[in-house]
Amino acid sequence: MSMQTNGREITMSEAINEAIREEMGRDENVVLWGEDVGAAGGVFKVTKGILDRFGPERVFDTPISEAGIVGLAVGAAMTGLRPVVEVMFGDFLTLAMDQLVNQAAKIHYMSGGTFRVPMVVRTTLGAGRRTAAQHSQSLHAWVAHIPGLKVVLPSSPYDAKGLLKTAIRDNNPVVFFEDKISYQRKGPVPDPDQDYTISFGQADVKREGSDLTIIATSSMVHMALTAASKLSEDGIQAEVIDPRTLVPLDSQTLIDSVKKTSRCIVVDQGYQSFGVTAEIAALVAEQAFYALDVPVRRLGAVDVPIPFSPSLEDLTIPTVESIVVLAHEMVAG
Amino acid sequence: MKTKGPKPSAEIGVEKLTDMYGQMVTIRLFEERVVELYRRAQIPGIAHVSIGQEAVPVGICNALRTNDYITSTHRGHAHCLAKGADITQMFAELFGKVTGYCRGKGGSMHIANPATGNLGANAIVGGSIPIATGAALSAKLRKTNQVAVCFFGDGALNQGVLLESMNFASIWRLPVIYVCENNQYGEYTPTKRVTAGDIEMRGKALDIRTAVADGMDVLAVYDAACEAVDHAKSGKGPSFLVMETYRFIGHGMSDVDRAYRTREEEQEWQRARDPIDRLRTTLIEEWRLKQSALDAISSGVAKQIDISVEAAQKAPLPAAEELMKHVYAD
Repeated sequence: MSMQTNGREITMSEAINEAIREEMGRDENVVLWGEDVGAAGGVFKVTKGILDRFGPERVFDTPISEAGIVGLAVGAAMTGLRPVVEVMFGDFLTLAMDQLVNQAAKIHYMSGGTFRVPMVVRTTLGAGRRTAAQHSQSLHAWVAHIPGLKVVLPSSPYDAKGLLKTAIRDNNPVVFFEDKISYQRKGPVPDPDQDYTISFGQADVKREGSDLTIIATSSMVHMALTAASKLSEDGIQAEVIDPRTLVPLDSQTLIDSVKKTSRCIVVDQGYQSFGVTAEIAALVAEQAFYALDVPVRRLGAVDVPIPFSPSLEDLTIPTVESIVVLAHEMVAG
Repeated sequence: MKTKGPKPSAEIGVEKLTDMYGQMVTIRLFEERVVELYRRAQIPGIAHVSIGQEAVPVGICNALRTNDYITSTHRGHAHCLAKGADITQMFAELFGKVTGYCRGKGGSMHIANPATGNLGANAIVGGSIPIATGAALSAKLRKTNQVAVCFFGDGALNQGVLLESMNFASIWRLPVIYVCENNQYGEYTPTKRVTAGDIEMRGKALDIRTAVADGMDVLAVYDAACEAVDHAKSGKGPSFLVMETYRFIGHGMSDVDRAYRTREEEQEWQRARDPIDRLRTTLIEEWRLKQSALDAISSGVAKQIDISVEAAQKAPLPAAEELMKHVYAD
C-alpha cells in the first residue's frame, strides 16, 4: 500500500538522501561514514548536504579502507551506534568481505544472541556505465548467500526511501544495493513530513498480468516493465514482481503469481551461474512445478568479467529485447 | 598531576598484587584443565591455550574498568577470564552446553560477554582489530570515557586490516589500545621469519604512541597498560603495546612435537621467565607473603575449577529448536 505522494517526484538519489536525513534526525545514534560521503557528498552525490546538516561528529570522510570502514561499523554497532556506511562500488565489497561475512553476519548467532550488529552497508551494483570489470559487477548474491545478513535491492525512489529507513531501524547488518544507473531516475515519493517505511520480505507486484510472471530485481524491474508494455501490445499480459529484499525473500508472492500465470522468467543483473536467478528458479521449481506450462527461464549477466567497450558491455546484461524474445518463446510454448 | 588512568603498580598494594596472582593461577589451571579435558575428548572441536602468556591479559585487564571493552583472539580464554568471565560458563561453552556464554553456539574461539565488556574472541586472525577500533570510535562519539583494548598475536601483524584500523585510530585519535602478544610463533612458523622490521615501528610509523614491555612480567604489563589507559582517557588517542611473551605448549592440541623450536628454548622460558613464578617471588621476597598463603590460593582455584567443570558437565546441551534462534536479532 503506497502513501499519498501529492504529485511530488524526486530522484532515487534524493530519496536515499532523505531517508538518511530523516533517520539521523530521528535517532542520534545513527552515524554516517565512508569514502567522500561528507564534504564531497559522495561520488554519486547521494549524501550531499548531510555533513552540513548533522556536523562532523556524526558524518565522516574515511580513508580508502573498505575493510576498516565496514569493520569499524561492526564494533560501533555492537556498542550502541547505528552506523550507515558506504562502500562506493559493490565491487569493493570484496575488500570488506571478512568483516561482513565472518564478523557482522555471525556475531549475533555466535554470541548466543547477546550482541546485536545494527548497521547498514550502502553500496552499488549494475553495469552499463562503461566502467569495465572492477566497477560494474552486481555481487548481491555473494552476501545473500550468508545467513545473518539482510539484502535489499530497491528499484524506485519510493521503495528506496522506505526500505532504507527500515534498514536503518533494523537490528541486523543490512546490505543495501543501489543501481548506479538508477540514481537519477525520478518517481513519486511522499512529502518528507510523512514518515513511512516498507517492511522487509514483502514483494511488490509492479504490474499485474495473467500470462507470464517476470520476477525482476533492482533496475531490471524497469526493463521488465518496459518489456511488459511491449508484450501487452502483442496480446501477452505479463505480471512483473519485484522481491525488493532478497533476504528475507517473500517467496509466497512469487509462487502465488507463478501458479496464476503458469510461466516464469527471473531477471537479475548478477551473474547467471550460481546466482539470484538460480535461487529463485529453484524455489519456483520446488514449489510451483506442477503449475508450470514451460520450464522456468533465467536472464542474468553473461558469465564474463564485464567488458569495457560499449559494443561488448551491451551484450552482458539482460535487455528489454531479451526479455520480450524469451517471453514470446515461452508463451508460444 | 592527577591522571585519568589507574594507579601504577608501585601504588596498588599487596592486596591487588595478590589478586593478580590469583587471576594468573586461575588462567593457568583453567588452561591445564582444558588440555586434560580435550585429551579425554570432553571438549569438541579445537582449542588453543595460552599457558605461559598469563601476564599479558591479567596485567592489561587490571588496568581496565568493567565497562571498558576488549576484543580477543582464537587463543582467548585468558582474555575472557581476566576481564571477569565466570569459569563455569566458560567451561559450559567449551563443552557446547546451552548454559555457556554463547548458548553453545560459539565455543572456545568465540566467547563473548557484554556484562564484562568482552566483545568477543575471534577465530579470524586480525578479525577483531577493526571491531575494537569501532568500539573505541563509538565510545568517543557517545562520550562515555571507555577505552577499547584489542588483543592480537604476532600472527596478526601481517594482516592488512591492522594497518587500516591503526590508521583510523591515529587520524581520529581513538581511545583504543592495540596489544600485540608476541609469543614468537605464528602457529608453527617463527615470527621473525615472516615479519619484516621492528614490530614497534609499525605503531610509530602511524604516529601512534608505542611501548614495548616484558610480557612475562605482569607488573611491567600492568604499568604499560596504565599509561596507555591514561593516554586514551585523556583524549590523546591510541597506543600500540608490544608484549614479548611465550606459549609454553603447542599452537593447538594437535601440535605436540613442536619441531619448529627446541626443547632447550622452551625450558629457558619456562624456568627463568614463568610469569606466575615471577610474581610469586615478588610477593614472598618483597611483600613477605607466606608460601602457604600462595599455595592456598592455588588449591582454592583448583577446587573451584573442579566444581565448575562438574556443573558445566551436568548442564544440558542446546535443544534442536536452538538451531534457528539468533540468526537474526528481533
